[in-house]
Amino acid sequence: MNYEAWVLEALLAFPLVTAIAVLLRPVREAKWIALFATLIEFLISVPLWWEFDPTVALMQFQVARPWIAGWGVWFRLGLDGISLFMVLLTTFTMPLAVLSSFNYIREKERAYYALLLVLTTGMLGVFLALDLFVFYMFWELMLIPMYFLIGVWGGPRRLYAAIKFFLFTFVGSLLMLVAILTIYYYVGRATGTYSFDYYHLLSNIQVTDRWAFWLFGAFFLAFAIKVPLFPFHTWLPDAHVEAPTAGSVILAGILLKMGCYGFLRFALPFYPNVVLDPMVATVVVVLAVIGIIYGGLVAMVQPDFKKLVAYSSVAHLGFVMLGIWAATVQSLEGAIIIMISHGISTGALFFLAGMLYERRHTREIAAFGGLAKVVPLLAAVLTIVVLSSVGLPGTNGFIGEFLVLIGSFGIYPWAVVVAATGVVVAAMYMLRALQRIIYNKLDNPENEGMLDLSRRELAVLLPLIALIFWIGVYPAPFLRRIEASTSMLVEQVRGAQAPAPFETGGRR
Amino acid sequence: MPATVGWVWLVLLFPLAGFLANGAISVLRLDAKRAVTTIGVGALVLSFLVAVAVMAGLAGAPADAPYVLSLWQWMPAGRLEIELALQVDQLSAMMLLVVTGVSMVIHVFSVGYMGEDPGYARYFSYLNLFVFFMLVLVLGANFPVMFVGWEGVGLCSYLLIGFWFENEAFANAGKKAFIMNRIGDVGFLLAMFMIFQAVGTLSFIEVFEYAPRAFAIGGTAITLITLALFVGAIGKSAQIPLYTWLPDAMAGPTPVSALIHAATMVTAGVYMVARANVLFAMAPISSFTVAAVGAITALFAATVALKQWDIKKVLAYSTVSQLGYMFMGVGVGAYAAGIFHLTTHAFFKALLFLGAGSVIHALHHAYHHTHSSEEAQDMRNMGGLRKWMPLTATFMWIATLAIVGVPGFSGFFSKDEILAATFARGHEAAAFYVLWAVGVVTALLTAFYMTRLMIYTFHGPNRSGEKEQQHLHESPWVMTGPLLVLAVLAIVGGLINLPAVLPGSGWLHHWLEPVTELSAAYLPEVHLSHSTEWVLLGFATLVAALGIIGAWRLLKPAALKPAREAPEETGIQKVLLNKWYVDEIYDTLIVRPIMWVSENVLWKVIDKGIIDGFGANGSANLARAMGWLGSRLQTGYLGTYVFLFVLGALILLRVVTGWEL
Repeated sequence: MNYEAWVLEALLAFPLVTAIAVLLRPVREAKWIALFATLIEFLISVPLWWEFDPTVALMQFQVARPWIAGWGVWFRLGLDGISLFMVLLTTFTMPLAVLSSFNYIREKERAYYALLLVLTTGMLGVFLALDLFVFYMFWELMLIPMYFLIGVWGGPRRLYAAIKFFLFTFVGSLLMLVAILTIYYYVGRATGTYSFDYYHLLSNIQVTDRWAFWLFGAFFLAFAIKVPLFPFHTWLPDAHVEAPTAGSVILAGILLKMGCYGFLRFALPFYPNVVLDPMVATVVVVLAVIGIIYGGLVAMVQPDFKKLVAYSSVAHLGFVMLGIWAATVQSLEGAIIIMISHGISTGALFFLAGMLYERRHTREIAAFGGLAKVVPLLAAVLTIVVLSSVGLPGTNGFIGEFLVLIGSFGIYPWAVVVAATGVVVAAMYMLRALQRIIYNKLDNPENEGMLDLSRRELAVLLPLIALIFWIGVYPAPFLRRIEASTSMLVEQVRGAQAPAPFETGGRR
Repeated sequence: MPATVGWVWLVLLFPLAGFLANGAISVLRLDAKRAVTTIGVGALVLSFLVAVAVMAGLAGAPADAPYVLSLWQWMPAGRLEIELALQVDQLSAMMLLVVTGVSMVIHVFSVGYMGEDPGYARYFSYLNLFVFFMLVLVLGANFPVMFVGWEGVGLCSYLLIGFWFENEAFANAGKKAFIMNRIGDVGFLLAMFMIFQAVGTLSFIEVFEYAPRAFAIGGTAITLITLALFVGAIGKSAQIPLYTWLPDAMAGPTPVSALIHAATMVTAGVYMVARANVLFAMAPISSFTVAAVGAITALFAATVALKQWDIKKVLAYSTVSQLGYMFMGVGVGAYAAGIFHLTTHAFFKALLFLGAGSVIHALHHAYHHTHSSEEAQDMRNMGGLRKWMPLTATFMWIATLAIVGVPGFSGFFSKDEILAATFARGHEAAAFYVLWAVGVVTALLTAFYMTRLMIYTFHGPNRSGEKEQQHLHESPWVMTGPLLVLAVLAIVGGLINLPAVLPGSGWLHHWLEPVTELSAAYLPEVHLSHSTEWVLLGFATLVAALGIIGAWRLLKPAALKPAREAPEETGIQKVLLNKWYVDEIYDTLIVRPIMWVSENVLWKVIDKGIIDGFGANGSANLARAMGWLGSRLQTGYLGTYVFLFVLGALILLRVVTGWEL
């Protein structure tokens, strides 16, 4: 059977099947099954790179099966230039996440790896769903494994962090559910076809225009918490610090991108007039820029390395939000590149934080120092990753930030001026941390016998390093695949910039 | 395109390969010192040979338009088309020669200087990486590719300043350099955004071609763009107010100071202004700003250099000051003169630093032998060294005469050209006469502090200590050889652009014309009569002589005490020694407040207090409420939860939409 026809469903089904296998087989096999499952999952997804037609803006590899026909729920999947790389990022990250857990996870291994696999399906489902009911189902599905990953295998304050994570995201997603059902109802009533089909809803979305502001607001809250946009970010540092390494990596690498993805897929095309409304846009852009500077400054004073990386995510995601709201081809492509490269660089930072933790059982930056002398390889890798995180040209970090800024400059010049200073702040907190970890005097005797990277650890890090330079030096293949879909999105948003202002609606 | 010009990518390839090879040796801790030397120096020799071939190819087939070698599409996004492309023209080819040539010589010197350092492989890998990025900066055919090199050299500077990273002060100095450079880089970035906004492209050829149509002369847009570019130059080339990183950068190994912080990287700002000469010429306000900042920096840094005791610090401030001259040159529209001074300065300042390195090396060894912890860079611990180090002393005197501007030496001609060009624009506005006067006063101070450096280092009695004297000796040939090469260049370097009043004039000027002629239309016709030029030359000579003789008469090396016995300085001397307290001012007014606010306001009050207090206390309360609710409703059946959840959602829906259930 041809690849296009089965690949998306296989990507969703395979991890679930293997999750069951993990539970059924003996404990000692759990991690190996999970590793091979995620590797095969990645291999299944790789041909997408070639099979994907970069000239097509619309969904490819589409699948549609009736599911709950009475409610108009169909199992609809599809992939475009925006979701392609989110899917590949997910399948690429998961084997590394599994591999990095080999030594760290010692308890309840079967449950742990099974949850990782269920999480994989949940995340991929969010990126692939073309039916809002299915989308919501996957959105909730991935929430639960993550809650347990933090709550069960996390650090000392894991319960607090897990509940905080759950409550923040849950409040948002509940509102989103209401919005989805409202749209479903109004579009159904107006067209006579009750369906959760993305395209059906999108093409008739104008019937909900009088509610646009509130419906948009519900989506906005759900996605903004997930991103997280300042000031909805405080769940993130706690969740990151308490989560096990793989949890942090997945959280930063993929889960945060779901918020961004939600904006790109739903909020922008559904309600472009709200997005472009001067007041809404001003508020969002100001929050995004605050996030960039504020996240950086708060990162600078963190004594805990994982917390520092968590706050740096707030800054990076601020760039994404700025790019999304500017809604030009360059800024959107840049935003998507940041989504990818933040997954790579921040993922690598969390892996490294985990490796340091496994050696020294602390995340305090001050506990290290002078490591370049004892573990030169680890120091070199950390340096490369830090440089990509501060957006040094030649690494992935630069491409995204540059495109976002240059693309947003024509729309929000002042925001870009402020955001651009974020590159200075990034250098301040990252280089300060780098210095305190690998440079200075080796004055803590506990660091003296530290072991350099093992082969397994190198196997986790080298693919990330390769991508850091690939995207930095030759991002054109990525950009070409993203371009058609983002151009269409720009048209949807800017083309719909109708002269009539939206109504904020009122109660009946 | 001539075949040899097409080889230009090889110039980049060799240092990059050298970096990778030596980097691997370093990280894997292999013991392969010979291989490191061969790879590190060999890469530069090959690179230099290719550069010569490129230059020859260009000279053999002169073209009006630059040759552009596109490697691959880099960032295509909508109407933004950025290629990884290299541009070979008269300006970049000239820089190519200077950079690879001086780098090669300094690499050779490093073999001797760094020979016993445990980080030998790491050192050469960084040094090769630096050359790679510097060449990217020079060869980039558009602003973003230039920016790759621009930030890349900053990275290498960071790595090499903090090379001896166990010393926290050194590591701090590296970080400071990177961050201050980045402040400038924001300007560079914003300039690119504005250019793209206005012209729709970032490639040099197109921007410079469209600029006359896209911008009004002296308009806001072009003024802002060039000022933003200049902010970038200020950071990279250590001008006021972003210069304080450069003196700290002396923490790096001395050959690094010679290569990065004197001859090449710090001149990138001057190169960039010369590269974008059309844009600057169209913005007279920006150009004057460039010249004025250059002049003020030149004078200011020279005053600080008067009173430094650390031999490298004197040279560092001297570099800041000389860079000021270069900006004065390109600011008044004398682009060729700016590049000319950049070139001669590369020779004589690299020579001065390497000479200082030779001295420090000798002193360091002497103190090492006697297990003394004296400061090997403090001139108060030197004196009379010409007795032990005659070659170093001779070569450094040559460099000193060059920087001071003694007739016949290279610096004389290049400095004079800048001053003459500034003077020539005096008839437009008297402000140019002021700049010229500042330049002359700076020349006087330069002569003074350089003579001071030479007297305290090589003349008078020796203050190193009696035991140490027995261990002082001249450096090996691998270090003096490079000094010789640079000394020859410091003498004859002026020949490439003799002033108009002397025969055979202006080769460099003519060579660069295809690049600088773009801006000619926007600059006033300047002309100095031969008699005026002679008067200026004579005056400059007089000033140089005055400075040298003044220092010779005023300074009393015999009365100087070694560093540990030296009395504390007072009054203006103390202010100069402490560099006008600018570092302290920055620290108190900027660095500390930012740290304090970040920690105590942003993190502890806003994040933990307000947002989390509201959000997390809120969510904690919510959790408690839900727990209470849960205990009431706890039936143990999952179905109940799901039912209640759906019911809740539906009620919410009903409230919001008025949907009749």
